[in-house]
Amino acid sequence: MAAPDQGRVAAAGRLARAVPIPAGAGMARMLVERNYRSFRRTWVIIASGFFEPVFFLFAMGVGIGSLVGDVETEGRLVPYVVFVAPALLAASAMNGAVFDSTTNVFFKLKYAKLYDSVLATPLGPRDVALGEIAWALLRGLVYSAAFLAVAALAGAVTSPLALLAVPAATLIGWAFASIGMAATTYMRTWADFDYVQLAILPMFLFSATFFPLETYPAALQGVVQATPLFHGVAMVRDLMLGQVGPDLLVHVAYLVVLGLVGTAWTARRIERLLLR
Amino acid sequence: MIRARGLVKAFDDFTAVDGIDVEVRPGEAFGFLGPNGAGKSSTMRMIGCVSPPTAGELTVLGMDPRTDGPRIRAGLGVVPQRDSLDEELTVEENIWVYGRYFGLPRRLVRERAAELLEFAQLTDRARSVVEPLSGGMKRRLTIARALVNSPRILLLDEPTTGLDPQARHVLWDRLFRLKREGVTLVLTTHYMDEAEQLCDRLVVMDHGRIVAEGSPSALIAQHSTREVLELRFDTADHAAHLGGVEGVADRVEVLPDRLLLYTPDGEAAQSELHRRGLEPLSALVRRSTLEDVFLHLTGRTLVD
Ligand SMILES: Nc1ncnc2c1ncn2[C@@H]1O[C@H](COP(=O)(O)OP(=O)(O)OP(=O)(O)O)[C@@H](O)[C@H]1O
Ligand SMILES: [Mg+2]
Repeated sequence: MAAPDQGRVAAAGRLARAVPIPAGAGMARMLVERNYRSFRRTWVIIASGFFEPVFFLFAMGVGIGSLVGDVETEGRLVPYVVFVAPALLAASAMNGAVFDSTTNVFFKLKYAKLYDSVLATPLGPRDVALGEIAWALLRGLVYSAAFLAVAALAGAVTSPLALLAVPAATLIGWAFASIGMAATTYMRTWADFDYVQLAILPMFLFSATFFPLETYPAALQGVVQATPLFHGVAMVRDLMLGQVGPDLLVHVAYLVVLGLVGTAWTARRIERLLLR
Repeated sequence: MIRARGLVKAFDDFTAVDGIDVEVRPGEAFGFLGPNGAGKSSTMRMIGCVSPPTAGELTVLGMDPRTDGPRIRAGLGVVPQRDSLDEELTVEENIWVYGRYFGLPRRLVRERAAELLEFAQLTDRARSVVEPLSGGMKRRLTIARALVNSPRILLLDEPTTGLDPQARHVLWDRLFRLKREGVTLVLTTHYMDEAEQLCDRLVVMDHGRIVAEGSPSALIAQHSTREVLELRFDTADHAAHLGGVEGVADRVEVLPDRLLLYTPDGEAAQSELHRRGLEPLSALVRRSTLEDVFLHLTGRTLVD
């Protein structure tokens, strides 16, 4: 084995002793590389991840938008497609991340037993968690960028700040991928995935995605504001409309905390499940 | 290379490995022999740093698995009991990707993969996916993959279970070659012929404990006689014939389908039975094996 690798592995060992989080060798990217290799053979899926939000954009934004006319958001009147495009971007970041980190990970965990062989190498549970979550993000990043380009063509982008919506969507992806993967470690059968849908679908529809927060009854506004997707949608919308205020920090902080908790929790669960 | 003192592995309230002492020296082939559930795999997983010991001391390559897991694993090759190949990748990609997990540069990994596929006689299948390979091919690929990091210790958990005799011999041959190259082999098996063929030293495990230790020939010399006379009678209960063979051998074991007479001289015992007018359906003299050692130590047969 080459000398620099031993150095790296040794440093990882010292880090593992110093920090009370599950061990890793700092080589999560190797798992990303592995996923890329296997993904090249199933590239068709890339199409669905891209087309879904684009179809929604034309059906809801352009189609229904022509009936709805303008909507008021943050004290400003904008065409419906401008209102809904950020929400679709945020929601597709969520959907993609959840899909990657639940279905795909469950298969690898329970059937392919992929991580059993990965953990026999220097990689540790932290590398598995980081690698899988990073992979979900990378794919999400590609989809978000492509969606933004289409949204711009459809006239739904009004501010150059919209470029920041791509990293923002990646942040949303991180939060949902990490929580989704942690949840996956508790699943026993494919039937358990119905619970995921049960959590995702109402969020998709009712996080001020398709209509503004003000249209919800006062009692429900608080509930809506507590969901992670609400913060994701609000963050992306602020950026795409170019209306950035201190609220943005709240949204970012909420999602960062979710991502950190989810990642640590996932690593801990992988350790519990596989290293016993 | 590996040193265990009072090593224990407990799952909830069940103790799978119950305080074993083991010492594996550089360059040797060391075996764990034992029946199903003896605790062989649990021990291998602790050595492979994927299962934390419940109690006791363990050092592998001079390091402590509790704190230096990644560094130890970097020097190990692991062949688990169940093949865990990456079925979404091709044969050669399995080796490339696995080598990358060890942080090896891409170019090196490709070179090694070519050599290892040659070694595993899989070169012509390099680009096929893993799924349709035969059991023996998958096993060879798993072993080839485990060698990508040029490990100092190769851990093999039942390397030949499920293989036909020819495939087993091919595998044994590969393992001999590795041993000659200085790789330390640690393997588990419940085949005594495999243990006799491959192991310089072995321990016999039962119920999580070590019941005997030594080289195959020393174990046989110590715990069995030189020869065994196997007798089959036309009867439902072989124990009924115990009286008839009394005094003929040093020791007699009763199995459901035969009697085993332990004696230094099988021929002599056979003529004595003949003189007594005893007429078994069949009588066979053979050399003692590790199976007999196991039977003597535990009162049970190895392969059930
Ligand atoms: N993860 C686990 N949780 C609970 N019990 C376990 C676990 N792994 C192993 N055991 C138990 O520990 C005992 C020893 O198992 P182990 O796999 O080490 O045996 P083995 O000697 O490898 O047997 P085999 O020849 O069947 O592979 C068994 O009774 C098994 O049920
Ligand atoms: Mg086993």
